[in-house]
Amino acid sequence: MAPAATPTQRKDVDPVEDPAGRARFDELITADQRVEPTDWMPDAYRKTLVRQVSQHAHSEIIGMQPEGNWITRAPSLKRKAILMAKVQDEAGHGLYLYSAAQTLGVTRDRMTEDLISGKAKYSSIFNYPTPTWADMGSIGWLVDGAAICNQVPLCRASYGPYARAMVRICKEESFHQRQGFEILLHLSRGTKEQHEMAQESVNRWYAPALMMFGPPDADSPNSAQSMAWNIKRFSNDDLRQRFVDMIVPQAEVLGLTLPDPDLKWNEERGHYDYGELDWNEFSEVLKGRGPANAIRLERRRQAHEGGAWVREAAAAYAERRRAMAEKASAEKVQAA
Amino acid sequence: MSSPGADETEPWPLWEVFVRSSRGLSHLHAGSLHAPDAEMAVRNARDLYTRRNEGVSIWVVRSSDITASDPDAKGAFFESPRGKEYRHAGYYTESEGVKHL
Repeated sequence: MAPAATPTQRKDVDPVEDPAGRARFDELITADQRVEPTDWMPDAYRKTLVRQVSQHAHSEIIGMQPEGNWITRAPSLKRKAILMAKVQDEAGHGLYLYSAAQTLGVTRDRMTEDLISGKAKYSSIFNYPTPTWADMGSIGWLVDGAAICNQVPLCRASYGPYARAMVRICKEESFHQRQGFEILLHLSRGTKEQHEMAQESVNRWYAPALMMFGPPDADSPNSAQSMAWNIKRFSNDDLRQRFVDMIVPQAEVLGLTLPDPDLKWNEERGHYDYGELDWNEFSEVLKGRGPANAIRLERRRQAHEGGAWVREAAAAYAERRRAMAEKASAEKVQAA
Repeated sequence: MSSPGADETEPWPLWEVFVRSSRGLSHLHAGSLHAPDAEMAVRNARDLYTRRNEGVSIWVVRSSDITASDPDAKGAFFESPRGKEYRHAGYYTESEGVKHL
């Protein structure tokens, strides 16, 4: 049985075609207004959002792992506290987004199952390993930096609950990027070994971070429709360019280089040119054959199954309290 | 396994969270979350929506307990104030330039 619709949540059923509803929907999109859960919406719009928002949520949740990996080995108490706060934020972001996806009628459990079974996708970036401390810096600076580029325009996405979740997330992400930058800055200005560690890490994360924006526009078949629906505001290549233009001067401040021999300022375009990316690698990682896909999913499955008793206990406790309250109120009625 | 208001596909009910950012202000809708009961919902809401001092007070209410106006009848339901600009101060223009009015 699917959950009933509430004022904050729609039913998990394909909307019946409704000419007045469609006209209203088109009107909202044309006027660049927000669509809310109980509004009529085309089924394809709903499905696109369910896919995108749940993938986004999964990315946040899986994204806790590469960094969680370093909590116990952070180089100082300060860095450890910061890293814990950041990983906790990622969990929070995942939950905001799961809630937003739920307003479209899909259940939380179903999304979790789809993730664990490997049916649902998440950002391919989290399938790369984090062998050094400098990777905490690169993830903050490059991965979160790319995520912010992607996410800021999503604060204006046409679906209200998604846009609202993104506003909250973007506010919190800026600390993530800055703390990553600071880690790299300290390493880069440290000993020769520390500097080399920072450079080696940036060398590994640069290309995967650029690929986070998705395939080139010509190979991104769903982009046009998402842009027509005001879910997506800029094309993959536009966002990627914006990101490259941002990080080149930042790398100079860091005193680190970016591993791209084709990277150079193009006076005519007013942008940096960058080299060809290995889209074959991207598609391999997306298909589950990246360096850490199996570890990430297995860890998530273990955590979910290991936490089953907690969920069951909490539900049993809630049920018992409800039954006790019911009994007490029945006795009160009898006594009266 | 069942909990109040739950069904087979969703063992924990959905709650709407309202946060008051400081004394003197209203509680505003912050978002929603899953929890087995009201007490856990309040605790989860604290962890989820006030990690950076965003609030001094939290309300939670079961999503299914909210009664809303019919979203399909927006136009008709909110018809009455329309065309009644005289309910706004800006309607009265002849007093322009007169002080303290």
